[in-house]
Amino acid sequence: MQCLSFPLHPGNCTALCTTAVRVCSSPDAQNAFKVRISIKTALGDNAYAWDANEEYLFRAMVAFAMRRYSSKSTTQISNVLLCNVTDRVSFWFVVTDSSKNVTTVPGSEVEAAIRMNRNRINNAFLLSDKTLQFLKITSTLSPPVEPSTPVWIIVFGVVLCLIVAGIVFLIVSGIQKHKKKNKESTERENLEEKVEVTLENGIPCEALDLKAGHINGVFAAEDERFTSL
Amino acid sequence: MEKSRPLWDNPLQFVFACISYAVGLGNVWRFPYLCQMYGGGGFLIPYLIMLIAEGMPLLYLELAVGQRMRQGSIGAWKIISPYLCGVGVASVVVSFFLSMYYNVINAWAFWYLFHSFQDPLPWATCPLNSNRTGYEEECEKTSSTQYFWYRQTLNIAPSLEASGSVQWEQALCLTLAWLVVYLCILRGTASTGKVVYVTASLPYCVLIIYLIRGLTLHGAVNGLVYMFTPKLEQLSNPKTWISAATQIFFSLGLGFGSLIAFASYNEPSNNCQRHAVIVSLINSTTSIFASIVTFSIYGFKATFNYESCINKVILLLLNAFDLEEGSLTADNLNEMKDHLMATYPQEYAQLMPQIKNCSLEAELDTAVQGTGLAFIVYSEAIKNMEVPQLYSVLYFFMLLMLGIGSMLGNTAAILTPLTDSRVIASRFPKEVISGVVCFMNCIIGLIFTMEAGNYWFDIFNDYAATLSLLLIVLVETIAVCYIYGIRRFEKDLYTMIGCKPNWYWKIMWAFVSPLLIISLFIFYLTDYILTGTLQYQAWDATQVNVLGLGFFSVLNLSSCKDTSFFPNYTVPQSGLLEVRSWNQGHPLILWKGKPGKT
Repeated sequence: MQCLSFPLHPGNCTALCTTAVRVCSSPDAQNAFKVRISIKTALGDNAYAWDANEEYLFRAMVAFAMRRYSSKSTTQISNVLLCNVTDRVSFWFVVTDSSKNVTTVPGSEVEAAIRMNRNRINNAFLLSDKTLQFLKITSTLSPPVEPSTPVWIIVFGVVLCLIVAGIVFLIVSGIQKHKKKNKESTERENLEEKVEVTLENGIPCEALDLKAGHINGVFAAEDERFTSL
Repeated sequence: MEKSRPLWDNPLQFVFACISYAVGLGNVWRFPYLCQMYGGGGFLIPYLIMLIAEGMPLLYLELAVGQRMRQGSIGAWKIISPYLCGVGVASVVVSFFLSMYYNVINAWAFWYLFHSFQDPLPWATCPLNSNRTGYEEECEKTSSTQYFWYRQTLNIAPSLEASGSVQWEQALCLTLAWLVVYLCILRGTASTGKVVYVTASLPYCVLIIYLIRGLTLHGAVNGLVYMFTPKLEQLSNPKTWISAATQIFFSLGLGFGSLIAFASYNEPSNNCQRHAVIVSLINSTTSIFASIVTFSIYGFKATFNYESCINKVILLLLNAFDLEEGSLTADNLNEMKDHLMATYPQEYAQLMPQIKNCSLEAELDTAVQGTGLAFIVYSEAIKNMEVPQLYSVLYFFMLLMLGIGSMLGNTAAILTPLTDSRVIASRFPKEVISGVVCFMNCIIGLIFTMEAGNYWFDIFNDYAATLSLLLIVLVETIAVCYIYGIRRFEKDLYTMIGCKPNWYWKIMWAFVSPLLIISLFIFYLTDYILTGTLQYQAWDATQVNVLGLGFFSVLNLSSCKDTSFFPNYTVPQSGLLEVRSWNQGHPLILWKGKPGKT
């Protein structure tokens, strides 16, 4: 069983290693969490290899999370123990409390600490909630961005206004055309009435002698004064 | 001074109007389904035979009647024989039924269109549940596209009785749809004639774009190969021929009176024979074209789902056995599964129930038609494309154009007899009559926006028009051939067009088409009688047994395909309706086999 913690104080080495061994041999202990990392899925060609340095960073991040959560600076990197690292890249980790006789920190505290700092931990590894999974810790999904007015109502309003404007325009122009046609037809009717009985100075044409009406004797006489060309 | 009949500005408007009316949603969402069910490429054989035997002749008949009589359906049939004006009235009533429920499809298309202007598309992801730890339960159990359709669009009730309330969003969209239709028919042929240029041509532009996009999608070829591989043994199945005849019949929109109405606005010398052939050929070609597009989309969707399924299995195995990432791929999956089964038999046995058997054929086999195809399958495919907003807008705009084009024909069928009748037309102007018709239809259409509205829609679509239309067209054909007299009709056509119809037309009119229609009529009648109580499918939001309902049967869910939409349970109505039972081995049908106009 690999003991992956290198404590600063050699005196604690045996105790911590024993804890690690104990935890790693019964990995369903309540205070241990399984982590699964999918680097290739997240980064594709830019994937980095998971090695001892990455593990060190992970332990540092967990220690950071614990410190931030409990606001006491007693958690050291050496308190975070990893074990059972597989090729998948998955492993178990547990946080020990050196002040309380090398016992493990309760799982609920660890969970709360990780939850609070999830974003920072993800960003340190360029991963996301899906690719850096803490198996017992559910993540809070971010709600989708919703604008104050739903977009569809805006588009609906625009289209509705256009259609109603079109209808009103067509109806109004139809009414105007109808009125114009009515006016024209009444004018034409009046004209037809007048044409029916043509009057010349109050005397109906039929009564007049047309021939006499056409030739005006006054002007005809003047024409004869000019010689024809 | 007598008002002359309004005319189309040019013959092209008439042809576009007929194409716009005939090419509708059925070409997009019913024909591909029939192709898949009845033998792939082989279905084209009965389809083309039926086109020649009943499609073209009946279309020519209706157009000629309309053009000759120059009246809407009621007036035209009155002229043919005064005892036959009932045929015209029947056409108007059927058109009225159709326009009541058809515009709801346009409302749904508007809804999806308006929702396409968001990133990400609202049907791409499930909404979160109340404490934000996961997704909404109903959405998890089905898929985000189905959830969006059944819950957020329809807000569907669990049964027909639970009517629920009118969904105000859908009611708004329906009102908008009716306003658009009113705008287009307001001025009669003057406005309709301009609109049909757009409604006839735009769907083709979109279909071409989708064809290019569809053929370049990953996995499209799978769908096309699947579709076009002819399964000629289906030709011996009588249902194939019946479906082909039915599809041609309803796809052209015969019997509603719309074609008579359109043709009545023609110049008397218009060559309607040529136009009839053109329109029917274009209609059928569009069906085939649309099914190519649909099958590329199917292939893409099936391949995508298949690959997701494989990836899920790979992830499951990687996590269970802590293997290195990348060690399991789609290619070596089967060997690795055997290897793991051999090395860790106990753990593998524990995992067995969760490991799905992914199969591309199973994905392709899920045949869907109707609103399921248009609003669920297509939106699912669209959300996985690049720039999904653009394709979504284009697609739903195309659906709108197709739907509005058909609505123009429907309303023309209702309005033309009304405006022809001197009693009504002398008192009210055209705009008022159109307005009243649209308003009444809109109010009645609010039924379909209720929570149980989709079930009413199903009922109307399945049963409102089918038998009536067959009867109407049968009487029409017999009336023209035998009551009016085929020689008199020949002479009329000679006067109009200048050439007499040749023996092909006469034989089809007098013998073949009536016989075909009679056999279809008998088939459907016996089918209705034998089926007994009518049935409908219901959506169960909880997917559990509904308790205390007396007699119910719950579908064995494990036999459903992944895209199963409905489990079923029976509504204890000793009267009319109970949920239909599943036919094992029969692919999923969201629309019962009866075709509507769609």
